[in-house]
Amino acid sequence: MEAVVVKNLVKTYGKEQTVAVDDVSFSVGRGELFGLIGPDGAGKTSIFRMLTTLLLPDGGSARVDGHDIVKDFRQIRSSVGYMPGKFSLYQDLTIEENLNFFATVFGTTIEENYHLIKDIYVQIEPFKNRRAGKLSGGMKQKLALCCALIHKPTTLFLDEPTTGVDPVSRKEFWEMLGRLKAQQITILVSTPYMDEASLCDRIALIQGGRILSIDTPQNIIEAYPDRLLAVKANEMYRLLKALESHPDVPSSYAFGEYAHATFRHADTRPLEAYLREQGLTGVEVKDAEVTIEDSFIKLLH
Amino acid sequence: MQDDRVIVCEKLTKRFGDFVATNEITFDVHRGEIFGFLGANGAGKTTAMRMLCGLSSPSSGKATIAGFDVYTQTEQIKKHIGYMSQKFSLYENLTVRENIEFFGGIYGLSDERIRSKTAELLQRLGLKSEANKLVASLPLGWKQKLSFSVAVLHEPKIVFLDEPTGGVDPVTRRQFWDMIYEAANSGITVFVTTHYMDEAEYCNRISIMVDGRMEVLDTPANLKSSFHARSMDEVFYQLARGAKRGD
Repeated sequence: MEAVVVKNLVKTYGKEQTVAVDDVSFSVGRGELFGLIGPDGAGKTSIFRMLTTLLLPDGGSARVDGHDIVKDFRQIRSSVGYMPGKFSLYQDLTIEENLNFFATVFGTTIEENYHLIKDIYVQIEPFKNRRAGKLSGGMKQKLALCCALIHKPTTLFLDEPTTGVDPVSRKEFWEMLGRLKAQQITILVSTPYMDEASLCDRIALIQGGRILSIDTPQNIIEAYPDRLLAVKANEMYRLLKALESHPDVPSSYAFGEYAHATFRHADTRPLEAYLREQGLTGVEVKDAEVTIEDSFIKLLH
Repeated sequence: MQDDRVIVCEKLTKRFGDFVATNEITFDVHRGEIFGFLGANGAGKTTAMRMLCGLSSPSSGKATIAGFDVYTQTEQIKKHIGYMSQKFSLYENLTVRENIEFFGGIYGLSDERIRSKTAELLQRLGLKSEANKLVASLPLGWKQKLSFSVAVLHEPKIVFLDEPTGGVDPVTRRQFWDMIYEAANSGITVFVTTHYMDEAEYCNRISIMVDGRMEVLDTPANLKSSFHARSMDEVFYQLARGAKRGD
């Protein structure tokens, strides 16, 4: 049985019926780490809130662990864990009190499922008597994850757990997710950071309420249709302007220290010569390693 | 040689009790430079930025922003800088036009100037047909572009951008950087924080703060070569991994 099955899900808001989620379908296998990758406003949070029964859909249906998200909301609420994007624990309770509270609400104890949170909890345990409102961002995030895990959920929903988090802490967070996955918990995670896509088993790229592509990160990268070049020169801004006006470069954009450019020909030497004629120095042209971000940009065009 | 430094900072320090949030940071930023201000969460970036914007008085050290002193001329500083963050940018319940007019007024521009600036901005951003819509109804990418334009409405010497592209899609994120390049080309100094390491590459120079100190300051190319790293991500990781101060 699939852990999550979503069929033609729709969500609209307000009098103007602004479409937030537009006919979205996907499924997630048991024990899978599935990523919803897309910018703010793509519909990620609306999808998560419907799947966790906090929001009613306006069309379509979905099942979590075989339970219907509208009819069987009680069963779903007791079996899933949800970490919202916005910190939602009790600011006036301490770390320990928050954790105890969530364990009790779900009819369990910290001791019973301590093995699930141990790795994460030991990092914040020295501060267990500190109020949640007084914690730093990274510590809040760890506490929220512990609270979402303490009732041993079958499926874990993490809504943008790494937004606004620096690259080092992001890496640590993903290492924690890897260890949870090893415990057979199904994980759905959303993120606006394209570089995190490669850490998922499968991903859905999403924009404007619509899924652009669903597959393994590797397959999405391999399906990239064009030849993609990585071009470097001493002045990025002028390089981008020069690439933009070259007839054989349909699209180009900055990509770290390089510019990425799709290219129509096999021979890149005329392009190099053109860039030098434009007065650029330090010109270097090579084939680029396609990333999920390139795929996403391609799908947006 | 003419002094083109718009930020001059010497041993700038901020203490909260025993805690040294920003510890003796010393650096200069030049006119038209894109200066990347990086660091892990909790490294002291926000505290430093608040001092540079004249919002928080330093505990010790010296700094001038656009020639104005951070202890005694904070009101002058606020008039000569622009500021934009991901969290607070525009009034959602005002229209696009009202936001531009409001901020123009706050910055003390004349009515005539506000009128011409508003027309010019709406034209340049392609927002003419959206001028009378509430900002709340704009997609995030548009909001960020509008918010940047409003932050430089009064043609400041420096604009401070605090994670301006967080959560923005990859195409809009790049369009946003085009605006940054244009501003820098026109002589505005851009002081920017980001968690996207590819964006660090677009800066002329980068500083990385660790535990309140400015650990390194150099061009992206020099940083990569001195850390034997292939990417800025690796440089950042090598530095920030050693941080003692948790977040």
